[in-house]
Amino acid sequence: MIQKLDFDKIERRAASRKKVFHAVDYFFLTVWAVMVLFPFYWMLLTSVKSYGTYNSEYIPQFFTLSPTFQNYIDAFTTVDLGRYFLNTLIFTVVTTGLMMVVIIPAAFAFARLEFPGKHLAFTLFLSLMMIPNELVIITNFVTITNLHLRNTFTGLILPSVTSVFYIYLLKENFEQIPDELYRAARVDGTTDFKYLLTVMMPIAKPTLVTITILKVIECWNSYVWPRLITDDPRYYLVSNGIQEIRENGFGRENIPAMMAAVVVISLPLIVLFLIFRKKVMAGVSRGGTKG
Amino acid sequence: MNKKSMKGWLYLLPAILFLGCFMVYPLIDVLVYSFEEGYNSASQTYLGVGLYNYSYVLRDPYFLQAVKNTFILVIITVPLSTGIALLISLGLNAIKPLRNLYQTVYFLPYVTNTLAVGLVFMILFKKTAYTDGLINLMIQWFGGQSVDFIDGPYWAKMFVLCFYTIWVVMPFKILILTSALASVNPEYYSAARMDGTRSFRIFYKITLPMISPMIFYLVITGFIGAFKAYSDAVALFGTDLNAAGMNTIVGYVYDMLYGNSGGYPSFASAAALILFAIVLTITCINLLISKKNVQY
Amino acid sequence: MKVVLKNLTKRFPSRTKNGADVIAVNNFDFEIPDGKLIGLLGPSGCGKSTTLNLICGLEPPTSGQIFFGDDDVTRLPPENRGVGLVFQNYALYPHLTVLENIMFPLQNLKGPEKMTKPAMREKAMTAAKLVQIDTLLERKPSELSGGQQQRVAIARALVKTPRVLLMDEPLSNLDARLRLQTREEIRRIQQETGVTTIFVTHDQDEAMSISDMIVVMKDGVVQQIGAPQEVYDNPVNLFVSMFLGTPPINVFDGKVENEKLYIGSEAVLSVPGVKDQPVSAAIRPEGFVLDENGPFTLNLSRVEVMGRDTSVVSTHPASRNVTVRSIIPARNKVDRSARTVRFSLLPDKVFLFDVDDDLRLPFVVE
Repeated sequence: MIQKLDFDKIERRAASRKKVFHAVDYFFLTVWAVMVLFPFYWMLLTSVKSYGTYNSEYIPQFFTLSPTFQNYIDAFTTVDLGRYFLNTLIFTVVTTGLMMVVIIPAAFAFARLEFPGKHLAFTLFLSLMMIPNELVIITNFVTITNLHLRNTFTGLILPSVTSVFYIYLLKENFEQIPDELYRAARVDGTTDFKYLLTVMMPIAKPTLVTITILKVIECWNSYVWPRLITDDPRYYLVSNGIQEIRENGFGRENIPAMMAAVVVISLPLIVLFLIFRKKVMAGVSRGGTKG
Repeated sequence: MNKKSMKGWLYLLPAILFLGCFMVYPLIDVLVYSFEEGYNSASQTYLGVGLYNYSYVLRDPYFLQAVKNTFILVIITVPLSTGIALLISLGLNAIKPLRNLYQTVYFLPYVTNTLAVGLVFMILFKKTAYTDGLINLMIQWFGGQSVDFIDGPYWAKMFVLCFYTIWVVMPFKILILTSALASVNPEYYSAARMDGTRSFRIFYKITLPMISPMIFYLVITGFIGAFKAYSDAVALFGTDLNAAGMNTIVGYVYDMLYGNSGGYPSFASAAALILFAIVLTITCINLLISKKNVQY
Repeated sequence: MKVVLKNLTKRFPSRTKNGADVIAVNNFDFEIPDGKLIGLLGPSGCGKSTTLNLICGLEPPTSGQIFFGDDDVTRLPPENRGVGLVFQNYALYPHLTVLENIMFPLQNLKGPEKMTKPAMREKAMTAAKLVQIDTLLERKPSELSGGQQQRVAIARALVKTPRVLLMDEPLSNLDARLRLQTREEIRRIQQETGVTTIFVTHDQDEAMSISDMIVVMKDGVVQQIGAPQEVYDNPVNLFVSMFLGTPPINVFDGKVENEKLYIGSEAVLSVPGVKDQPVSAAIRPEGFVLDENGPFTLNLSRVEVMGRDTSVVSTHPASRNVTVRSIIPARNKVDRSARTVRFSLLPDKVFLFDVDDDLRLPFVVE
């Protein structure tokens, strides 16, 4: 048996240790939160400082009392930010849409249909998952160039459509839908295609949403392929646009206007994220990489 | 072939077409390219077949610099980001109020454009004629010597690159680790508390073994991701990475393909295959180690 | 070690914004004698698990006190209370072997209590022998059956020789056969070690069969405390009478007139000492005696033969259950073709309750 304990002392020590731990914990969590948020704050802040103010600040100020929106106007007028924006939107929507059209039937075939060679085909598909993009981009670049598809949306979009991983993710999800549903639909005389549209897709909606979110993020941030395939600013996406602004920019090093462009580019995804916060985070933890 | 099996292949057709054109064919072609010596992209002719492309790339000082940069980046950022993410996730797991807010904030870098936010980092770290930049200002507050992180000495540039890379990869790691920690059955912690287990021992003996599969997953994907670093460097140092001495292997591949020094798909292919070999080797080693250490 | 609970109360703040607090445990007052096996019994959500968490210290009470012997442990963290807890899902660490699991609590001891490796091993072996798993020490929990895992969990809880052993639904994850075996095993281990043991269950069979005393709870309030037989024979209210016993007790709408119990139009039993009023009449299945001239007539539905005895299933307009189930010895034959069946009642198996507050209305058994 344990000896007589000083209960009060144990009690107090446990309580105070907990308090100290929580204080330290919150302190470090806040430090990291500041490190994450600070660049965002800085870009917002700089984007509303006037060109003159910014360049006269040898010691950067942490706030400004005379915010201006001139930089945002510059960002859309001096450089073609509006066009970059529109291009990215078209690229994102068409690529994501096309991808869905390609992967849904493929996932359905692997999950539900029986045909000779299916298992071999699926194994081959899976092995393609290991192939890094860097390896195939070289030939794709040559192919698109030879087809004279540089500086076209077709050239931008086509090689970005495929994703073996999403086929895999969707197939796994389709397979969880019970066989009975399929048999019941067959008894009712439903065709495979109609079954896919009216039963499987609604049931797999969460996964479809996940895949869409991931693909949209990927498209919005894509840089390498568009850089290789476009050198005409009329076809730049936002990533290339921002790089162009950085290098040839506003005729002079206009950092506040540059930051305004950065804010405009970053905003859509951040807003999208804040609206669909839970879905995005769940989706990324299921199927995301990056890092 | 009967109608039923035709249908299966019909559903697969779009995917097969896309994958065939833009993955399988390029995969074979990249191998071919890498062995074709003196390939001329204008006339599409080559002089012969051999290993010259590989030996050229391996002797190219730009490539060697890129390999060195990439390895330094990998060795610094992967353990550091995983470690910090683990600490932050543990911290998050221990609190209740404000937890969602912190989680949301921590995830923000994931949904931002790497190129765009890289510019913000650039102006924070850059030293120009007009201003030393905010970071240098802080260094001076603490009595340090200001240094140009963007156009200055190598270690300073490497520091910014690592810092930004960690900043970018943290959201994913924090997300994965917090959900791994949250999925540990709370009864284990109750049981350990009943036995008076000290916090560190709970972490070392229970938490860590339970989430070890996820940690290894993060390390493996972290290695793969870091070896493919490119756009972070472009965001900070501009497209001419060779001039900045901050090129990465992937950057070298693209530079060989396109841009000022481009037009050499053969060299690019050889470099890309060397990268693939490196990543494959490291991943296999990782898998072997994790097989030994993941405890259940 | 006796355990005293004094006015123990636990409130949880409401989940909804303006809702009332949830009172999980309300004013629990009880003294558990040293070395007894106590069953905390009640339907799910009745506060029994919360009570257990309060005793072991995983949750602090809102008010009230807990004593182990003479020590007030109310505000003490769990590790200083000297309790062992067996979790419902066992909570065995999946990456440790059986022996490592059992030794785990010992390795946490520090200061003067710190033990050497061989001493720990020996202690763990003793605990393992006690629960008869000493041949499985090198296995991982995933390689054990449910019953074996349960034993490991008990050994781990006992290895530090706790002052009080607590078990949360110890048998709920086992199949019916193992359950029977394991509950006897728990009884044996408890008697061998003599440690005061409290276990929580929603299964009245389980509680009745091995406890020295049972505590019946409902909605955070203790309904009745006593030896199992005593609670069964003398339920204080309708809830307790309905909760204990399989098959469950049969409840009828009845009324008392002139010290006679009427169910429907029949006067079925004389109940001296109860004044005229409507009542809930509860009759245990074994309280029915087959009697051709009996006062109580039921509509016969079917007869189920169970070997040792026979179960007569019937209906009655005043019954609150769909069917009335009575158990009679197998040698008494029922005429299966008959429409009705008649019974007389055993007065000590019939309980009357007030229709408003469900409290027992005692009557004199002649």
